[in-house]
Amino acid sequence: MIGWEEGTLGEQVEYVEPAVFADAIAEAVEESGSLAGLFFFGDADGQVELRAVLADGGDLRQLVAVLPPTSRRYPAVGRLVEAAVRYERLATERFGIEPEGLPPQRPLARPTLRDGERRSAPVPGLFALPYGPVRSGVFESVEWVLSTRGEEILGLFPEVRPKRRGIEQAFEGRSPEEAVVVAERVEGTACIAEALAMAGALERLSGIEVPRPAALARLVHAELERIATHLSSMVRHCEGAGQAVAQARLATHRETVLRLRAALCGHRFGRGVVVPGGVTGPPMASPRDVQKTLERLEDALSADLDLLMTTPSFLDRLRGTGLLHLDEVVTLGALGPVARGSGVSDDVRHNRPTKCYEELGFRPAVASEGDALARQQVRVEEVRESFRLLRAVLAELADGSGWQWATRPWRVPLSPRDGTALGWAESPQGEVLTMVEVQGGRVRRAAPRPASFHNVDLFPAAFKGDIFTDFVFIEASFGLSIAGAAG
Amino acid sequence: MRWVTRGLRNGIVTTRYPARADNYGPGYRGAVAVTDAAAASEEEAEALCRACPSGAIRRRGARILLDQGACVLCGRCVELAPTRVGFAPSVEVACTSRRTLVVPSSPHPVAGASQSPIRRPGRRRWPFRRSVHVRHVDAGSDGLEEEEILALTNPVYDVQRLGIFFTASPRHADLLLVTGSGVPGMVDALWETYEAMPQPRLVVAVGTDAVSGGFLGAGGVDRFVPVDVYVPGSPPSPFSILHGILLAIGQLQEGDGG
Repeated sequence: MIGWEEGTLGEQVEYVEPAVFADAIAEAVEESGSLAGLFFFGDADGQVELRAVLADGGDLRQLVAVLPPTSRRYPAVGRLVEAAVRYERLATERFGIEPEGLPPQRPLARPTLRDGERRSAPVPGLFALPYGPVRSGVFESVEWVLSTRGEEILGLFPEVRPKRRGIEQAFEGRSPEEAVVVAERVEGTACIAEALAMAGALERLSGIEVPRPAALARLVHAELERIATHLSSMVRHCEGAGQAVAQARLATHRETVLRLRAALCGHRFGRGVVVPGGVTGPPMASPRDVQKTLERLEDALSADLDLLMTTPSFLDRLRGTGLLHLDEVVTLGALGPVARGSGVSDDVRHNRPTKCYEELGFRPAVASEGDALARQQVRVEEVRESFRLLRAVLAELADGSGWQWATRPWRVPLSPRDGTALGWAESPQGEVLTMVEVQGGRVRRAAPRPASFHNVDLFPAAFKGDIFTDFVFIEASFGLSIAGAAG
Repeated sequence: MRWVTRGLRNGIVTTRYPARADNYGPGYRGAVAVTDAAAASEEEAEALCRACPSGAIRRRGARILLDQGACVLCGRCVELAPTRVGFAPSVEVACTSRRTLVVPSSPHPVAGASQSPIRRPGRRRWPFRRSVHVRHVDAGSDGLEEEEILALTNPVYDVQRLGIFFTASPRHADLLLVTGSGVPGMVDALWETYEAMPQPRLVVAVGTDAVSGGFLGAGGVDRFVPVDVYVPGSPPSPFSILHGILLAIGQLQEGDGG
């Protein structure tokens, strides 16, 4: 999850000219690598720093190019590496730079319904249906622009811009402690992972290692977050498939998880637990209560998931729905269960593990079919694996009726040096990457890269002959955080 | 068929709230309460102001004022000055006036409000006497407020038992739950949704972002739509949201049980 043990990871930086930036990235991606992130840091005087993070398995390195205030153009990375397009589009909006040769925005970019003018339909009977941003039900705001002739969804464009908050600006000038608090607000359903990525980057800059009990406590909260968020996705599946009892039971289990987290730290989503240098302190509930609750929950949940995954009327709706091929997943840089459902075995907990995950022998869950069912299977397996990890960690942390190390500090002070660092964590939605620049002990700039920012681009690709009634399953199986995708 | 017996397995899991008080246990961070408003020195008060990442703490001399509507419950102030401020486990944090959220200086029930055992719910306001239909709009939240609103329909809270229903169309809605601070891209959609609702209509701002803008700092949703009830929290728990809804429709009164 966080690789703060290895000080050098992600710090191997190479500077190149903007003119050859794209070629250098394309070359690196060709050589068995992938583009993990592309960060743009703008200055007040107009200088823009381009930082590409390249992943090769567990290894990370950076390619950096600096665009001086006088120059707004450089050859676009997106023309060679498709996964870069989303970053460059965002950067053109934010900094007014002009990547040359960027593929044009997809045709369904924006419905022009407001001014009364419609796009001419290329196919007879084809029309664009804007679904959102205010939709029936309780959802985060997103506008799905569907292109259809009636039943079948022929094209789709995810418009997340209405929801853009510009959260990265809230990081500027923050102290390390505050930066972690803001990171928890980047995407709520992955707030622990975001906090861990931010804390990990700051800890790497400080050259410190968090105390053992804090590392274990962080794992507990990260895995509880995974269980809760995966259950949310499953509840949506059950709702769509009309599995009322399963829906009610899974939602109740989810509530049990949230109450357990509230008992551990006072917050239902674990906000306030992660601080730079460790965690705020030992859990508030007694180990025996936590273990008992988890044991009971695991028994009930496991039995319900067994039954659910053998209920034909549930499986029928998911099988073959929202198919994603391996090559699409790789080209567009999908992350998390969306990638692992199509045969990619990347998981930060395995690729760049902390000591805890390494010792516990974590193995990522992978399925190869690529449909909504495969993604559901991955989530089910991950929930089971999370329980296994939790059992092992709690056994180590518990000491009779109290917690081990209860009287020793669960955090160490830190003072990050000036510079730029990367942090990462595996959120329920996939890999979270955060780039932080520190100056004078405070965060000068930070750019969080939630997993959903990548995964939302895969959403259109998942519609291969799928119809309107499949939409809810495809959406639930992606489990997107729109807050994360919009930024 | 096996699901039928499965559904009966746990008996009744539903809360009795609001007929009986309910909460998340003594350690729950419901709100930050000011237990001793006068700091020992101006320096101490200033340190508290600076420690707050969301700028929720202000001072007048050595006296501190805490805006619960801007507080994100991170606990930095509690760590710094545990004798001046502390977490209250209360879930009933909603109120009808933005000003009431600035404590101390008001009789707002913060510490231990939910501990009182028996409640006498008042009569609901006339148009919402039998049922109230609720519509939600996300105006730029971080995604957790939606999770907590959705939780209201699970068997534990089961708000349908109170005649509260979620509706797909604003045309059928009596009450609008707004989350997020009202980001530029959502202002039009928010206003259109509000306009589409029949009168009389109620608006409940859910979460710190909706109440005050949170870290985005620009202000809350009351810049765009008239807000009847403010529910602070980051995110507010389902009990808090339910309290806010019941306050809006007049089933609970402010200060009930306090």
